[in-house]
Amino acid sequence: MESTKPGSGKAGCSSTGAALKILLIDGDPIRREILKAGLLEAGFLNVVRIESTNGLLDQVYRIDPDVILIDLEDPSRDVLEQMFQVSRIVRRPIAMFVDQSDQSTTEAAVEAGVSAYIVGGLQKERIKGILELCISRFNAVARLQDELARAKDALEARKLIDRAKGILMQAKGLSEEQAYAALRKTAMNEKRKISDVAQAVVTASDLLK
Amino acid sequence: MKRSRDRLRIGFIPLADAAALIVAVDKGFTAQEGLDVELVREVSWSNVRDKLNIGLFDAAHLIAPVAIASSLGIGHVRVPIVAPFCLGINGNAITVTPALHSALAEAADGDLLDPMVSARALGRVVAARRRRGQDPLTFGMTFPFSTHNYHIRFWMAAGGVDPDEDVRLVVLPPPYMVESLANGHVDGFCVGAPWNSVAVDLGIGVILHFVSEILARASEKLLAVRQSWSEENPDTLLRLVRAHQQAASFIEDTRNRGEVAEILAAPGRIGVAAEVVRRTLDGNLKVTPSGAMRASDRYLLVGRHGAARPDPIQAAWLYAQMVRWGQAPLSPEHLAAATAVLRPDLYDAALGRSECAAHAGEPADGIGAFTGPSFDPADIAGHLSAWSIKRGG
Repeated sequence: MESTKPGSGKAGCSSTGAALKILLIDGDPIRREILKAGLLEAGFLNVVRIESTNGLLDQVYRIDPDVILIDLEDPSRDVLEQMFQVSRIVRRPIAMFVDQSDQSTTEAAVEAGVSAYIVGGLQKERIKGILELCISRFNAVARLQDELARAKDALEARKLIDRAKGILMQAKGLSEEQAYAALRKTAMNEKRKISDVAQAVVTASDLLK
Repeated sequence: MKRSRDRLRIGFIPLADAAALIVAVDKGFTAQEGLDVELVREVSWSNVRDKLNIGLFDAAHLIAPVAIASSLGIGHVRVPIVAPFCLGINGNAITVTPALHSALAEAADGDLLDPMVSARALGRVVAARRRRGQDPLTFGMTFPFSTHNYHIRFWMAAGGVDPDEDVRLVVLPPPYMVESLANGHVDGFCVGAPWNSVAVDLGIGVILHFVSEILARASEKLLAVRQSWSEENPDTLLRLVRAHQQAASFIEDTRNRGEVAEILAAPGRIGVAAEVVRRTLDGNLKVTPSGAMRASDRYLLVGRHGAARPDPIQAAWLYAQMVRWGQAPLSPEHLAAATAVLRPDLYDAALGRSECAAHAGEPADGIGAFTGPSFDPADIAGHLSAWSIKRGG
């Protein structure tokens, strides 16, 4: 399930995949592309994305999908739940994908941040592979975003340490190595991160300007 | 996934009636009880329900009918939910566009503040639109299993308007309500605070009714936990209730209102102007864009008048609405499962109380509907026979 290799065929779809119409509702344009590409590689050729959730109910009826995949960060999920109801405006009932015999898939989906709905009488087995593919892509995107955030933090920390070193070199006449050693020693003594000590130096220096 | 017993993750939707939960945590009442609570802001009731059901949340700010539907297993998987504390009574309002408000005023045979007059006026406006071949009016509410859905249906049906046949009633996430009113997708909506006030402030909505004018006492949000969790963590549950009771008392002390409004208005919490939150808590609302005010000491009850103590009659009334509108079958088993969601015994156990104090001025049947017979939880079939517009029952 963790595999993100392209074309790993995890969805286990056959030629029937091409006939299924899948509607993707995801506000994140990058992830939307990644998901669509993943579904195409797995043989699901009929993937429709929507840009705006304005008048979602009408859009869903117009598109008439067999499966709906929605990002849990989208408040419009509650609109889809209306289609469980029997009423004049609901033409084709939908149900949330819940596999009582395989609770872990449902849980993994919610944790990854995606939910799946089955429209009409589609069999549950047919959606499981699609959902698993989505879960792995959602998790992969989350990991990438996490790595990106950490790389950004690291870059910020490095910039901060460079500034602090410069301040110490100028104020105390230290070499670059000595300035870094002073930051590191203080950090170790105070059990703080070097970047936090650097931040303190920069702040203090700004105050004393 | 395993957390120690004292570390809790609790989900909420940014609405004014999450006040007791947010204040319990941010004012440190949960910490005083030895609980380390992480609040998680959510965007949909479906998310709150699912994350509570599968255990990603230990507890949640949950709309009462969703808790009941989950216990009954209707609309979704069956996961029994219990509520040891009520986060609020009332708080919803019905807001319409200025255009619809004018049309209602023109069609009214009396004071529009009277919900029977406004409901009859709606019936006339709906009939006139049909004669002219115009599209039916569209109203927004928040969820199929929501107080808002049942409140607006109860009101319009009293005026002879069938909510499934004569108008379009659509689900709209609360953050999209105001936008939908502005761009003409809906002609009115029933939603909780602060969204009615936001529409009025933008000059695009008129508050027609506080729901407290339609039902004097309507249970709104619950502090909900899985029944299994309540059985596995009895001590934690009681501490959680005590922290909430302290928060509710703090909120109801009018001297604290300024501080409470600031806590709730924070970006990670409700995220609107503190002044708007304040109006909600005080029950003193601007109801028209031109600045007319309306005050009610029943607009939103957070703890006062015994609001925090779960009342099974409220669950019975909500279940009766599910039956009325064809969402649930009528059976003694379903009724028992619905009323078992609200747990005054757990509330009493936490606070060392043994009986419910009578509250002067509260409706005798526990509901106080503006029309129809008194509600009797032992005779739901009788309650339903009073209405001609219905789907089931």
